[in-house]
Amino acid sequence: METPQQIRDRIVGAVAGLQVECLPNGAPAGVPSLLVGRSCFREVAIFLRDDPQLRLDYCSNVTGVDWPERTEKFKVRRQVGEVEKDVEESRVIPGCLEVVYHLYSMSLKHGPLVIRVRTGDRSADVSVPSLTPVWRACELQEREVFDLFGVHFDGHPDLRRILMWDGFVDHPMRRDYVEPDDYDYEPTPHDHVLDRALARAKPGEAGCGSGAR
Amino acid sequence: MVLTSLQEVYNWGRKNSVWPLQFGLACCAIEMIASTMARYDMARFGSEVFRPSPRQADLMIVSGTVTKKMVPQIVRLYNQMPEPKYVIAMGACAISGGPFKQGYNVLKGIDRFIPVDVHIPGCPPRPEALIHGLMTLQKKIGLQSLTGDDRPRHARADEPSEFPIPGHGEHDLIPPRNPGIWQAPVSPRLKPAG
Amino acid sequence: MMVTQRSSDEWDRPAPVAGSYAFVVGDDPEDPGSLLEVSMGPQHPSTHGVFRMDVVLDGETVVKLKPVFGYLHRNHEKIAENISYLGSMPYTDRLDYFCSLTNNWAYALAVEKLAGISVPERAEYLRVILSELTRLQNHVCLAGFLAQDMGASGTPLMYGFREREKILDLFESLTGARMMCNYMRFGGCRCDTPPGWLDEARAVVDSFPRFLHEFENLLSSNEILMSRTQGIGVLGKDLAVGAGITGPCLRAAGVDYDIRKVDGYGIYPRFQFRVPLGEHGDTYDRYMMRILEMHESLGILKQALDGIPEGPIIDPKAKLRGFRPKAGESYGRIEAPKGELGFYLISDGSPSPYRYRVRPPSLVNLTVLEDLCVGHNVADTVIILGSIDIVLGEVDR
Repeated sequence: METPQQIRDRIVGAVAGLQVECLPNGAPAGVPSLLVGRSCFREVAIFLRDDPQLRLDYCSNVTGVDWPERTEKFKVRRQVGEVEKDVEESRVIPGCLEVVYHLYSMSLKHGPLVIRVRTGDRSADVSVPSLTPVWRACELQEREVFDLFGVHFDGHPDLRRILMWDGFVDHPMRRDYVEPDDYDYEPTPHDHVLDRALARAKPGEAGCGSGAR
Repeated sequence: MVLTSLQEVYNWGRKNSVWPLQFGLACCAIEMIASTMARYDMARFGSEVFRPSPRQADLMIVSGTVTKKMVPQIVRLYNQMPEPKYVIAMGACAISGGPFKQGYNVLKGIDRFIPVDVHIPGCPPRPEALIHGLMTLQKKIGLQSLTGDDRPRHARADEPSEFPIPGHGEHDLIPPRNPGIWQAPVSPRLKPAG
Repeated sequence: MMVTQRSSDEWDRPAPVAGSYAFVVGDDPEDPGSLLEVSMGPQHPSTHGVFRMDVVLDGETVVKLKPVFGYLHRNHEKIAENISYLGSMPYTDRLDYFCSLTNNWAYALAVEKLAGISVPERAEYLRVILSELTRLQNHVCLAGFLAQDMGASGTPLMYGFREREKILDLFESLTGARMMCNYMRFGGCRCDTPPGWLDEARAVVDSFPRFLHEFENLLSSNEILMSRTQGIGVLGKDLAVGAGITGPCLRAAGVDYDIRKVDGYGIYPRFQFRVPLGEHGDTYDRYMMRILEMHESLGILKQALDGIPEGPIIDPKAKLRGFRPKAGESYGRIEAPKGELGFYLISDGSPSPYRYRVRPPSLVNLTVLEDLCVGHNVADTVIILGSIDIVLGEVDR
């Protein structure tokens, strides 16, 4: 199979105006991935599936990644007065939710090609086009991403919660999810758990045993 | 001539025909199945008849992780079983949440909603451990008296045989525990705050 | 379902819950009340765990079927993102609790790709031996459960579990646990074989064909099994590929895709084995796929047990404590007994993964459950579900 960079160049060459970017991967054997713009996401997916050299007919894995807003610090060489100095500056990287697809070809037996798409932010602008019309394999996994991350998939035939119950309002796989505090008594040496139990213990609630029975 | 009391005959019959509910939750269910198979053969203890319907079962083996989504169903099944009924919490997850205790969807012990008679630790417990748990339950049944102040729950008219079924809220079960059955114990190692 | 929120004070009587068993749906305007909605599960003797199917029936025929998941969602991924890389290894055992060793391997493979760790020869051989033994015991139990779903209550399952116990004894003497083995490490395996273990394994492998022959005589040409499974739940090639079906279900539909051959992970390219393919894609083909794969697994096991060299069991450079891979991402996948099991990891350079994702074969294979079941009798849904071979620990994680 071609490298992701070659595929990216070919997509951009074939149809004008598509936003596809090649993201590096730091792992030793890692392949780069393609970051696709939201507006042309399904178009690119159909291209990848139908292109005779690629024929990526099998979408293996769909998953979400949560990137909360973070501040990145970096050093810049600046002229400070007379001398040139390394000055530490910071910039805020806005948060987003990302959906990652791993594509393989069953007919040509190659892969994987990793494509990813990002939402605008983490609260209001959370919709991306669904790829279930392209690969049905995405159906249940996109529902899972919707349930656990809160990404809204436009064009999904049956977008409901899959793992949690229907009345549940949170998205538990987000990094800032706070789980319900139902740790009443934790006989473990983990400090944070002990602290939580300590904060809950009220004076006068002495006594052990497994309750009234 | 053998003289014996009605109570002993009654308990002897009950304890040697404990029919479990055919009901598996997770990994422990596989060990529960294995213990009914030829090698471990739970039939030796009169418990091979796994009933698919709670109406015919005496024993609920809570075999695996109890998730919050599953709790209402388990309590409902327990309520549907006829008295006298018993519960074995099999495995670390059913006892306390076990390795998955930190999970947001995991109940930290089934004894928060239904009374448990025998706890079997292990992840998963071996079939021998399940058989030992069953024998412990049989011993417990054999010692139950029909009259007197120490008679068990099913022989008391004022004790409930059904327990309220929790609902699913926006963040958690409502309520997260049944205070009539279970109250949070306070560890002697912890000094209460304030 | 609407839930009225109550304080715990007024909480002493159960609130009425909308009928969860069977209620009539007036779907058909011509004949109101002709359709019946039945909720099979989550407590049902044949759903292989806490799985629920909402089935709409016209008489005995399935009109609609919606699977309902989540009754065993125990937050594997969330827990794994808060503990160290190695700390997740015992949790992977509990994904597909029939096949803990293949789960270990898939996770170890993903981490080895992420950090660039190599695996010594002997450990590779042991991994192949253990995962093929796992495949044997998974498939033999599946065939037993399938026959039980058809009403052959007891006998085939007992035969299957009898053989499974022999393999579990091997696992126990090697790893210390029957089911939750927690055996593989990044860059190798945890401990070397005890003395005589390989001979015991050879004895189990040598006696297995006799059992398999007996089992096949009992079942494969059994008239009841054939009439209950042939032509039931036919899965077409295009649908199977598009819906991401993997494992024996895919190969039963006639698609030649076995990750052991395609990726050639581990040392699989060294072994001679064939990939059995089905022709019709029905339940019988899916059953036969398992039987034929067991024959091929036995062949791999014989070659691996003959060829296993002496040597170290773990890469001495592999770090178990304080393991911090560089920032990056990797996807490791293997051919687990149920299909493609993949682990997707994103590292940000900290001791715990930034994102940890399991690609569960059982969940994705259920995508086509409705397509397979519609038009068949309600009793056939149980067999179709049994032939897809799911384990709820992996479906819901």
